[in-house]
Amino acid sequence: MSAFFKSLNKDKVLWFMVLPGTIWFLIFCYLPMFGTIIAFKDFKIHRDGFFASVLNSKWVGLENFNFLFSTEDAYIITRNTILYNVALISLGLVLAVGIAITLNELVNKRMAKVYQTAMFMPYFLSWVIISFFTFSFLSVDKGILNQVIVYFGGDPVSWYGDTRFWPYILIFMGIWKSIGYSSVVYLAAIAGIDKSYYEAAMIDGASKWQQIKFITLPLLKPLMVTLTILAIGGIFRSDFGLFYQIPRDSGVLYSVTNVIDTYIYRSMSTTGNLGMSTAAGLYQSIVGFIMVIVTNSIVKKISKENAIF
Amino acid sequence: MEVFKRKPKEVDNNAITPFWNVVLNIVIGVFAFTCVFPFLFVIAISFTDEKVLALNGFSLIPEKFSMAAYQFIFNTGDQLFRSFGVTLLVTVLGTLISLFLITTYAYVLSRRSFRYRNFFSFFAFFTMLFSGGMVPNYIVATQFLHLYNTIWALILPIAMNAFFILVMRTFFQTSVPDALIEAAKIDGSGEFRTFLQIVLPISLPGIATIGLFCTLGYWNDWFNALLYIDDASLVPLQAMLMRIQNNMEFVIQNSMQMGSSFEIAATLPTETVRMAMVVLATLPIALAYPFFQKYFVKGLTVGSLKE
Repeated sequence: MSAFFKSLNKDKVLWFMVLPGTIWFLIFCYLPMFGTIIAFKDFKIHRDGFFASVLNSKWVGLENFNFLFSTEDAYIITRNTILYNVALISLGLVLAVGIAITLNELVNKRMAKVYQTAMFMPYFLSWVIISFFTFSFLSVDKGILNQVIVYFGGDPVSWYGDTRFWPYILIFMGIWKSIGYSSVVYLAAIAGIDKSYYEAAMIDGASKWQQIKFITLPLLKPLMVTLTILAIGGIFRSDFGLFYQIPRDSGVLYSVTNVIDTYIYRSMSTTGNLGMSTAAGLYQSIVGFIMVIVTNSIVKKISKENAIF
Repeated sequence: MEVFKRKPKEVDNNAITPFWNVVLNIVIGVFAFTCVFPFLFVIAISFTDEKVLALNGFSLIPEKFSMAAYQFIFNTGDQLFRSFGVTLLVTVLGTLISLFLITTYAYVLSRRSFRYRNFFSFFAFFTMLFSGGMVPNYIVATQFLHLYNTIWALILPIAMNAFFILVMRTFFQTSVPDALIEAAKIDGSGEFRTFLQIVLPISLPGIATIGLFCTLGYWNDWFNALLYIDDASLVPLQAMLMRIQNNMEFVIQNSMQMGSSFEIAATLPTETVRMAMVVLATLPIALAYPFFQKYFVKGLTVGSLKE
């Protein structure tokens, strides 16, 4: 304890500087963590504010969880969340590394820069803006895709009312928005590789493909592993905007577009069942937490230096 | 007289063959094109005549060019300007607040002499692993902080995050040597002065990168408005675009005093106005883009999470 007061005295200014951020974390991160106990309560708003509401609500044990898992929704949203994330993580990894290596190999560096700039563009736009972009393609009566289909003699497709296409559309859009960013991360790592490795390999007669396979990819591995662990840790979370804005909140599509995050938002804003929505959020947080710990410890066993903590 | 010597063109023996170069250029080029095409398409739509559009659908080359959508916005678009103002205020104020919170906290974490730095690092890092979730966040913001329908609801919930702090900490650690801080101390500079006059100026590139991330986050945010804002005068740009997806009435609500709303509604060039608003909302980002990109790429190489 005396060490604490000694530090408080010696590093007065540092303690003062760390304070605002600490308060922010307490209010916006740790207080909500305390608030998750309403997942086990029948939440009623009390006029004396937040703490009174949380503490005075009646305990109901696991009733909110029972209610959540008794519906088919729990299965659908879990399945959608995991499958979309698996697709986005694996495709995203392969394409980001592939594009980075390709950009690095292009002979005309100026063109490579132009491509990179263009691919980075979607990263800077919000999902709201992008939903207008997709609408210009998918609109039933005015969209360009239906114009093309009709031109070639087909029947117009009701894009926002047909569940068949949405897994592909969502995965495409998710990759489309983020690939510029993630490929730049890998491109920067490739630029940092010592050129003499390649020169030596070339003298030994290694082909381009062999150079990529035996030099570039192994040297990128630590970065790939780190980013993938982080992504797997978030496998229970999804990009809310992608799943909410791009399908334009179309109810017909919920069976293929509803993920845990959108489910929580919808059950909170429409049914107002706060206890159950909190339960869904807690389910998401706990499983997500376990996922990070497990993946990290597996990586630690295989190669210690690649683990993130 | 000096003879103009042409340097022999360097031949890269390790380059890919011309055939593969062409193939890869085409593949990457097509994908790169799909990344900018939608924006060009939306610009084209916004300049199309509404009647032609109703007849032909969206097309890349307007059969009849028209500025009506933009004219309409500049005549009756009070809501657009209002939202622009809200977004601008939130972005500027928010970025300043974020930078203040992030740099101070991250700097303390970067100081090896600070006894509790590991505790505070973990305090921040743990929030990346576990979160209370949307509903408790919502309840805290509305019941505890009473942020509903205030401008702070658009700033405070996204003012900080652990990731930026860890990146900034790494940046301080690598760009500000301990010896420099010690030397300043010996020369009689107080902690605060060292931070303001020595550490911050050296770390400007890192601060600029994090600042741009924050700016972009505030400019593009619509989620907080979805949760916390109902008052039309506080709706930011992105949230306004979200509201006009399905009804245009939102835009003309504030212009009703000017004339009968029926009159406006009847002549309303709906689709083109929507797209024109998308263009106007994206324009600032598109213009700042080259600048953004430079710092983003730089920033990506700066902060690796691992210590």
